[in-house]
Amino acid sequence: MSSLAAMPPKSFEVKPKLDESGTPIGELLEISMGPHHPSTHGVFRMDVVLDGETVVKLKPVFGYLHRNHEKIGENISYLASMPYTDRLDYFCSMTNNWAYALTVEKLAGLAVPERAEYIRVIMAELTRLQNHTCLIGFFLQDMGALGTPMMYAFREREKILDIFESVSGARMMCNYMRFGGVRVDVNDEWIAQTKKVVSDYSKFLDEFGTFLTENEIVLARTQFIGVMPKELAVNASITGPMLRAAGVNYDLRKVDKYGIYSRFNFQVPVGEHGDIYDRYMVRVLEMRESIKILEQALRDIPAGPVMDPKSKLRGFRPKPGEVYGRVEGPKGELGFYLISDGSPNPYRYRVRPPSFVNLTVLEDMCLGHRISDAVVILGSVDIVLGEVDR
Amino acid sequence: MLGEQIIKGMAVTAKNFFGSYVSKERLTTVQYPEEHLAPKENTRQFPFLVYDGDDWEKGLRCVACQICEKECPPKCIYIVKSKDKKPDYKGQPQIYPATFDIDISVCMSCQICVEVCPFESIKMDTKFELSTDDRFGGLLLTKDKLAKSNSYYQKMHPQDAAESDAVIAGEKAKAEAKAKAAAEAKIKADAEAKAKAAVAAATAPIAAPAPTTPPPPAK
Amino acid sequence: MFDKLDQIFVTALHWLVSYVPEACRPLASSLICIAFVLSVFPAVFSVTTIFERKGIGRIQNRYGPNRVGIPFTKIRLAGFGQFIPDGVKMLTKEDIVPRAADKVVHFLAPVVMLIPVLLAYAVLPFGKNMTITDYDAGLLFFFAVGGAVELSVFMAGWSSRNKYSLLGAMRAIAQMVSYEIPLILSAVTVVMVVGSLNLNDIIAHQNQYTFGIAHWHVFTPWGLVGFILFFIASLAESNRTPFDLPEAESEIIAGYFTEYSGFKFALFFLGEYLGMFAIIGLGITLFLGGWTSPVSFLTWIPSYVWFFTKLMAIVFVFIWIRATLPRLRMDQLMNFAWKFMLPLALINILVAGIWHYMAADWPRWLVCSAIIFGAYAILGRSLMQNQNFGKRIYRYAE
Repeated sequence: MSSLAAMPPKSFEVKPKLDESGTPIGELLEISMGPHHPSTHGVFRMDVVLDGETVVKLKPVFGYLHRNHEKIGENISYLASMPYTDRLDYFCSMTNNWAYALTVEKLAGLAVPERAEYIRVIMAELTRLQNHTCLIGFFLQDMGALGTPMMYAFREREKILDIFESVSGARMMCNYMRFGGVRVDVNDEWIAQTKKVVSDYSKFLDEFGTFLTENEIVLARTQFIGVMPKELAVNASITGPMLRAAGVNYDLRKVDKYGIYSRFNFQVPVGEHGDIYDRYMVRVLEMRESIKILEQALRDIPAGPVMDPKSKLRGFRPKPGEVYGRVEGPKGELGFYLISDGSPNPYRYRVRPPSFVNLTVLEDMCLGHRISDAVVILGSVDIVLGEVDR
Repeated sequence: MLGEQIIKGMAVTAKNFFGSYVSKERLTTVQYPEEHLAPKENTRQFPFLVYDGDDWEKGLRCVACQICEKECPPKCIYIVKSKDKKPDYKGQPQIYPATFDIDISVCMSCQICVEVCPFESIKMDTKFELSTDDRFGGLLLTKDKLAKSNSYYQKMHPQDAAESDAVIAGEKAKAEAKAKAAAEAKIKADAEAKAKAAVAAATAPIAAPAPTTPPPPAK
Repeated sequence: MFDKLDQIFVTALHWLVSYVPEACRPLASSLICIAFVLSVFPAVFSVTTIFERKGIGRIQNRYGPNRVGIPFTKIRLAGFGQFIPDGVKMLTKEDIVPRAADKVVHFLAPVVMLIPVLLAYAVLPFGKNMTITDYDAGLLFFFAVGGAVELSVFMAGWSSRNKYSLLGAMRAIAQMVSYEIPLILSAVTVVMVVGSLNLNDIIAHQNQYTFGIAHWHVFTPWGLVGFILFFIASLAESNRTPFDLPEAESEIIAGYFTEYSGFKFALFFLGEYLGMFAIIGLGITLFLGGWTSPVSFLTWIPSYVWFFTKLMAIVFVFIWIRATLPRLRMDQLMNFAWKFMLPLALINILVAGIWHYMAADWPRWLVCSAIIFGAYAILGRSLMQNQNFGKRIYRYAE
């Protein structure tokens, strides 16, 4: 924490050290860690200015994956935007679908039946599990572990993706939620399969924890690196596990109580130092809480319809108005802002991506650290370029 | 103790190494071109058109209503209606698509076309090994490549096909019931008309002849 | 019979040399030995690359290369022919030299890496009576020649005129120089106890058996610690994970051989692996008894079989570590070398001295083990606690 006070102030004009006659001593090395990245976060560029090995200035540059999602949303109907939301944060398609469906249901005043709410919670928590698992794999790969933890993580993630495929037809681009419920119902066989996967997951997390939790090399490389203090996090609108690792207790599942989250018994882990290690441990603990929620939901799921009878697929024209709906995605607060003018297409369709907002503090976290740390800090922010660039 | 956790991590790795020779769980690779993973029943890849019976042109269920073309998010379906008609599964003459193209390099397999189709005529296929080196037309599937029979659909997605067949059978039954009711009503109406005519004819001679001008009054 | 099998290479050498006139015999003998080294060790290198890829694959729950057998035939050999296409690929790539590079130095750098490493094989005993040149100061010769490798790294980084290569080269040299010291200090303990720098004498000192178990140096307290230090230092000298920061950086800098392609890159790669084998070979000689067998009833197995078995076993452990551990950052690497390994190596020298002067009875085992264990615990705790690292407890809200 004391190193924060000693860090140079954030500035856009970097002045090299000068000697008595005014000529610069040494040289600052400017490097573009370019869009072709060895680390697995997508097409993202960081312009880094180095003094020896210490980062003096860092500018993130993105936009290489911009696909006009919001403009397309203005030209097609509400239902037709649903498959596009899958592709925003392509790891967590179920959560994106839910956020959008929630927003439109708020706009149009649709009610969701009980069974559909339970199914939505199950899908969202499975998504959270597989996202955090993947992320830990990528994190250890960035640190140089040659892909072994990543392979184990992907082996477990495949089981969850198989579950998604057996219900919705696709592994990642599920397109499963609809306004007023979910697209198809799940059967008992699917519930039995999911119960089995969830019960095996805790064992896998224990095995995986031996790589991460107390491995001396991991500790040495992640503790007290990339510290983000509480005030900075709150002022910069950081949400999600990054915020909770910095010490702020803010989880939308407890604050907004959207869906039926108020019925489940789970806790929210909060970190203390705000460094990389805290962020990863918060995610690991969140995974265990997700398993608890899943067990409860799979036990209590009632029978019933899965679609609101009032909703229609074609000719959906909500009344004019504006609404902002948000969910606690695995990366942070994912929000959708819709303005409707009574026509079948939205007037304005805006996505609040958590990764994009969390990236604004990247420079503050990296200043004063070495370039090897910059890569690991970027990994700990957990960005997906599909969401950052839309 | 320094190094203890590193040794534990290495023990996990060793367990995986030796486990990969004994259990399938620890060696999850499928040697792809020679072995394939079993596909799930619900897998969706690209759409195809269903036809009943053996002749794909005559049995094609699609009636070119263009609802899927309108609802498709990336607008990858292109339909041109035909000028003449052919009978559909209910027996009524319907137009059919003269051109039905899907560009699968654009299609994102979202399945919205399947959801909105009122005639159970477009469904999702499970084949994905469709790569081709024909850059300009290889990924544009025309009607003849898209049409696949109902028995193929039943093989690929047994449960969905059963539901779809049930819907179609229901529609057909409803249509037949309607036709039967219409026919019965028609017969009844005919019978009634005939009866009425018969009654009219029967009562006509007893009735006075057509009234003529009244006789002039006697002076 | 087994003795004849054991000495088969030596008798073959004498037989071949007897065909040459008397005056040229030493030259002929040297040339045949050079041919032996140049053919065997690159073959071991090829097999190691395949074992590495298959081993890492199995650890990661997947197959490694398992299709290429003998090219142009359908024989699969479970993937062991992979090095042939890889070699052909390396040889046929275009050799790109940057325009601004210093051409002579750029050309010589891979050569300067390879030659000292091959020289180091001249003193290693591969089996009984199978040392190519039996110097009295064999160990000294080995370390002298091993130091030249750092020169080649610097030549590669400097001549490329590329700021990234230069940065990578600086890091590599810093790492290699820092880890030379624990390497040499742990070898010094062996010299102290044996009393000679001659590698064959060191093996002879270990070639005695009590209760059927050999007197390998690794079975003594100071030898065990010495071996572990030597092992870690040899990981760092060969630029293997967890010390491969100069080479396999997942950050932008691709290390000191960024500007090398094709055959020169292949030479660097070859030189690195051959260096790894040479250092492991030395470690086996110093601590694991060289070509001797661990138990007395297995001495009938030929000595070169033992040597290569131990070599491959340690190579497997290198591969295992590579697949498991993430890398250390540069300053942490140096911290580890100077603040942990160097004090421990010095304490190890003290313990080796105590061992040498105490009577050959159980008290010396107890005293030496206690000193080493205490030193390890104290140093380990201070290394981690210096920066407050440790397990943390997390609180839950609500």
